Amino acid sequence: MIIGVLAVQGAFIEHRNMLDMLGVNSMEIRNKMDLSKSFDGIILPGGESTVMGKLLCDLDMIDDIRQYISKGMPVFGTCAGMILLAKTIVNSPMKHLGTMDISVVRNAYGRQLGSFNAVASFHGEGEKQIPMPFIRAPYIESVGEDVNVLSRINGRIVAAQQGRQLVTSFHPELTKDPLVHRHFLKLVKDYLQ
Amino acid sequence: MEDNRYNLNKELAQMLKGGVIMDVTTPEQAKIAEEAGACAVMALERIPADIRAASGVARMSDPKMIRGIQAAVSIPVMAKVRIGHFVEAQILEALEIDYVDESEVLSPADDTHHIDKSKFKVPFVCGARDLGEALRRIQEGAAMIRTKGEPGTGDIIQAVRHMRKINADMRRVQTLLADELYEAAKNLAVPYELLKYVHEHGKLPVVNFAAGGIATPADAALMMQLGAEGVFVGSGIFKSGNPAKRANAIVKAVTNYQDAEMLAALSEDLGEAMVGINESEIELLMSERGK
Repeated sequence: MIIGVLAVQGAFIEHRNMLDMLGVNSMEIRNKMDLSKSFDGIILPGGESTVMGKLLCDLDMIDDIRQYISKGMPVFGTCAGMILLAKTIVNSPMKHLGTMDISVVRNAYGRQLGSFNAVASFHGEGEKQIPMPFIRAPYIESVGEDVNVLSRINGRIVAAQQGRQLVTSFHPELTKDPLVHRHFLKLVKDYLQ
Repeated sequence: MEDNRYNLNKELAQMLKGGVIMDVTTPEQAKIAEEAGACAVMALERIPADIRAASGVARMSDPKMIRGIQAAVSIPVMAKVRIGHFVEAQILEALEIDYVDESEVLSPADDTHHIDKSKFKVPFVCGARDLGEALRRIQEGAAMIRTKGEPGTGDIIQAVRHMRKINADMRRVQTLLADELYEAAKNLAVPYELLKYVHEHGKLPVVNFAAGGIATPADAALMMQLGAEGVFVGSGIFKSGNPAKRANAIVKAVTNYQDAEMLAALSEDLGEAMVGINESEIELLMSERGK
């Protein structure tokens, strides 16, 4: 199993470190050529969604990634990665991959002074509470019919799944808890079978 | 300051990695920067080249101008304060700025003390020319470091020198035996705990960007290959012939900094680069400010 981590901008090394810790191979996806290599799942990391969205278009990568996702390849978006996957961005006219039936609010908690840490359950894997850092984070305002809500903070949706598309507003890759990544790797195993 | 907040501030810098932070002086420039792919903008009244040309005392920007830029873009907005001027920093915190740059580009307010950044909720980035300066700033509460470069010159030589120096210093620290770290901490005038972190991890405990004199895609890629985790571009963009195109080329150069073919394509037809001044021709060395 090998996971492709989008590495055009942002905190991609943190995801690779987490995968290393779990004994899973990963590779960086920086350009169109990298997308023709072999991998079994995609991680879209945190960073600035405007930057990543623009680079995906300018470097002619966006259609290829959309195609992988529509064929059922598992994808995991954290923070900006979640915005890339969202069908609707409530407070912006932009849309990037738009493959997941969620409406998100960008910078929903305000500027950096609004960033915070929380502890809550990730219901993809039972009731265990995990640490959740939110950095200038988005949240999900509403979800489509076949989207499962996996975490809420103060009533706001901060993790969700639709088929093999998994998103979190927070950054599990910045913590030492691999629970969410383990959940994603299960989706990849399922896909490989 | 709660430890929590400091971690969140370091983590925001992690999200900026692999990106380009651009100096802008108007909401229009901020929009051009955002559309070109900037991961953050630095709001200031005059870009460093003009500060250098104008001489006189350079201070924090007008809050109204900073608010205008905050309203214009959705990416993080940073702004500069004078070294040691903690009231300017309090004002920027009240504006809910995303990052404060305690910067040698402005005229220093204090020739001895830097701001006690641990007292603030907003994050700070500070310049450093060597490992000692970097760790002293981190001890004071900086959540991000950048090289000092020589702002407003368009000459990359100092950014290169400072990045190489910081990295060489860290390699040297890594070769020390554990019981030699106490003496090394004394000589570098840095706290033992931070030096121990460098000894164990071979890197700074915060993100390290390159700044000062970056004017071309090749300059940006050079700094990335030397180990920068992202770049600040000051005068290089809006002092050039075609700011939008150059800004976009620099963004892509930072993403694909090891791909010489792509760098060649990105470097084509960018119009005139900023003229710049050579290091040896300048009278005021801003990087000498605040050690």
